Amino acid sequence: MSLPFLPVLLWTDALLFALLAAAVAAGFYVRRREYLMLAWRRVAGDGLGMAAATVLALFLVVGLLDSLHYRSRLEGAGTVWSVEVESALDALAEPLRRQVEKTYSAPLADRLFSKETLERPDGSQVRDYPRLKWGAAHLSDPEAGLAGDVARRMVKGEAVGLVLWLLIVAAVTRTVARRESISPGEAWRRIRRRETPWAWRSVLLTLGVMLFLAAPLAALSGHYHVFGTDKVGQDVFFLTLKSIRTALVIGTLTTLIMLPFAAALGILAGYLGGWVDDVIQYVYTTLNSIPGVLLIAAAVLMMQVVIDNHPQWFATAAERADARLLALCFILGITSWTGLCRLLRGEALKLRELEFIQAARAFGVSPGGIMLRHILPNVMHIVLISLVMDFSGLVLAEAVLSYVGIGVDPNTVSFGTMINAARMELAREPAVWWSLAAAFSFMLALVLSANLFADSVRDAFDPRLRART
Amino acid sequence: MLAYILRRLLHALPILIGVNLITFALFFVVNTPDDMARMQLGIKRVTPEAIARWKAERGYDRPLIWNEKAEGLGKATNTIFFAKSVRMFAGDFGRADDGRDIAREIRMRMGPSLAIALPVFLLGLYASVSFALLLVFFRGTVLDFWGVAACVALMSISSLFYIIGGQFLVSKLWHLVPISGYGEGLDVARFLALPVIISVLAGLGSSARWYRTIFLEEIGKDYVRTARAKGLSELAVLFGHVLRNAMIPILTGVVVVIPLLFMGSLITESFFGIPGLGSYTIDAINAQDFAVVKAMVFIGSMLYIVGLLLTDISYTLVDPRVRFER
Repeated sequence: MSLPFLPVLLWTDALLFALLAAAVAAGFYVRRREYLMLAWRRVAGDGLGMAAATVLALFLVVGLLDSLHYRSRLEGAGTVWSVEVESALDALAEPLRRQVEKTYSAPLADRLFSKETLERPDGSQVRDYPRLKWGAAHLSDPEAGLAGDVARRMVKGEAVGLVLWLLIVAAVTRTVARRESISPGEAWRRIRRRETPWAWRSVLLTLGVMLFLAAPLAALSGHYHVFGTDKVGQDVFFLTLKSIRTALVIGTLTTLIMLPFAAALGILAGYLGGWVDDVIQYVYTTLNSIPGVLLIAAAVLMMQVVIDNHPQWFATAAERADARLLALCFILGITSWTGLCRLLRGEALKLRELEFIQAARAFGVSPGGIMLRHILPNVMHIVLISLVMDFSGLVLAEAVLSYVGIGVDPNTVSFGTMINAARMELAREPAVWWSLAAAFSFMLALVLSANLFADSVRDAFDPRLRART
Repeated sequence: MLAYILRRLLHALPILIGVNLITFALFFVVNTPDDMARMQLGIKRVTPEAIARWKAERGYDRPLIWNEKAEGLGKATNTIFFAKSVRMFAGDFGRADDGRDIAREIRMRMGPSLAIALPVFLLGLYASVSFALLLVFFRGTVLDFWGVAACVALMSISSLFYIIGGQFLVSKLWHLVPISGYGEGLDVARFLALPVIISVLAGLGSSARWYRTIFLEEIGKDYVRTARAKGLSELAVLFGHVLRNAMIPILTGVVVVIPLLFMGSLITESFFGIPGLGSYTIDAINAQDFAVVKAMVFIGSMLYIVGLLLTDISYTLVDPRVRFER
């Protein structure tokens, strides 16, 4: 059997899916333990937190679709694979990726942004804005028909979106009715009044808003450049979708990579004390005393030298960009693990003196066993909180670092590279604003929902905070 | 007091040595000087002679740690490690790729960096503490809720957006101040107004929210109830008691960054064309000038350690219970 494509597993893909698998496994583990479910129920009951989680979930779907990579077979070439690594998202948004214009064009435009010398049918030449190759190309007379066509498509898209939303509402109502053994009508009433244990109303409302926004985008994007095109004519909407994966990778993998070190060192320092504590404290104070951006800059510069001097390590450009992305995660991790390590050390220091640890020690449990079985599970909430709290900061940091030139590979699509490419164009007359607007608004949606979700998780898991309010 | 400061400075020494070793490892062990030369020269012009010349010009043609060929003390001193890393302790940072003395460049650029960082620091502190106090005064009301919501929104916006949006709106559309640049004397204010306001705004969300949590933690304590019970007004409680007692956690976060103000803000300086240390660093990063980046890393850590020391000293000023004799 031969597949029409060759699956490619980039390092970041593997780690993302490993993280997903770990999350699913943790979900099953937590389900069977009532005391762990308690905190998650609190998250599920928090309206704002669940709304944010819904938005995050949609981002996650896009990011994961963009992480299924493959190389397609070249036409009539047997087992020769294209050097271009594509993703499932590329395949789904094939027209968006293929419909490349010459240069800038405004959102929903039918003509290019800059004038060119055009040849009329009668042979004379004229300076004018040429028609786009793809955007609104199906209209014979855009001046007259563009607004109507856009409106028609939008209405059609909204109608589909509405039907989709109603279907989801019906499915959720049915599930709630089943679970609580009540009639669907009663379930709907409870959801509407927010009397369900899970904050279904917020989830459904958020989904409704997202569908309301996304449906016209989807309906229009086949025939128009909804967010315009960038300097080399690529569809900005497509670039924004591609950026999501980079942001997710940086936001999650950075913490994930350094997690084992931070947890192990923090617990060791706190529980064992003595010279181990001194050494570990010395290490993180030293690392901490180097200003983060400078350490990142120095490390990225060095990493670039390594990558440039070893081109033979990477089969495709995508693999090299991926290696750089992963290395950036490592470097960001090295500068950010110290905070978590210090928190865990403090917590382990406190736990060490508690009765149940004393009892375990009296029963002769080895230090390793105590740290693994008794201390680690009791500091997991701190790990979880810092994982979600760090996410938004890292996404923002990526944009800044890419601007400074020490971020992701220039070929990797990310919010940072998009902003960097477009920032000078506001000075043009008229200004080219759409790339920036698209990147900033998607980034805001992602970071804002991550912040809100993180707050919700922290409130649910931090016992200290709960005692106070 | 003096003994304490001396003791703390002695504690700082191993950390500085650690930083020095890390930068040395990062710059010279992960990649050999040969790799750096190849990268700087580009692929076309790489010949062994060109690499040798590049290394000789910058003094990288010595052994890394131990020089077998040298005489006496030279065995340890005539090496890359001694010349490029150890000498940084003496304030000798060597030369940048364009041949200028880095130490002199740093002294010159410190002024502009401070001119922007100091107002940002003071105004930012003032704005976020007042905003946080306001929220705490109205705690539990609609105002508090929307204030916190505004903080979360402010901190979710990329700092690049504030800068790009601010430049577009204020400079390009309204023509109020120049887009970027730097001047002499009083003229400076015209150039600094926008970056200062933007930086304060960009930092307001997260710090105001952080101060609000600190104040709320204080306000639940017994002494606050006592103060209210003896008939003090809410304002007197907030300013006379809560603010003063919240000083310790606030100082922990604030004093540490004061020395780092010298370093300037990378992004703001480079966007607004201010010839400070931040834009110097960014230019060095873009030009892949390893010597400058290495010097900035070292100075940055030194200032951070000074900041830690200042934090400890500041504790005694606000809290008489903290004493150094122990």
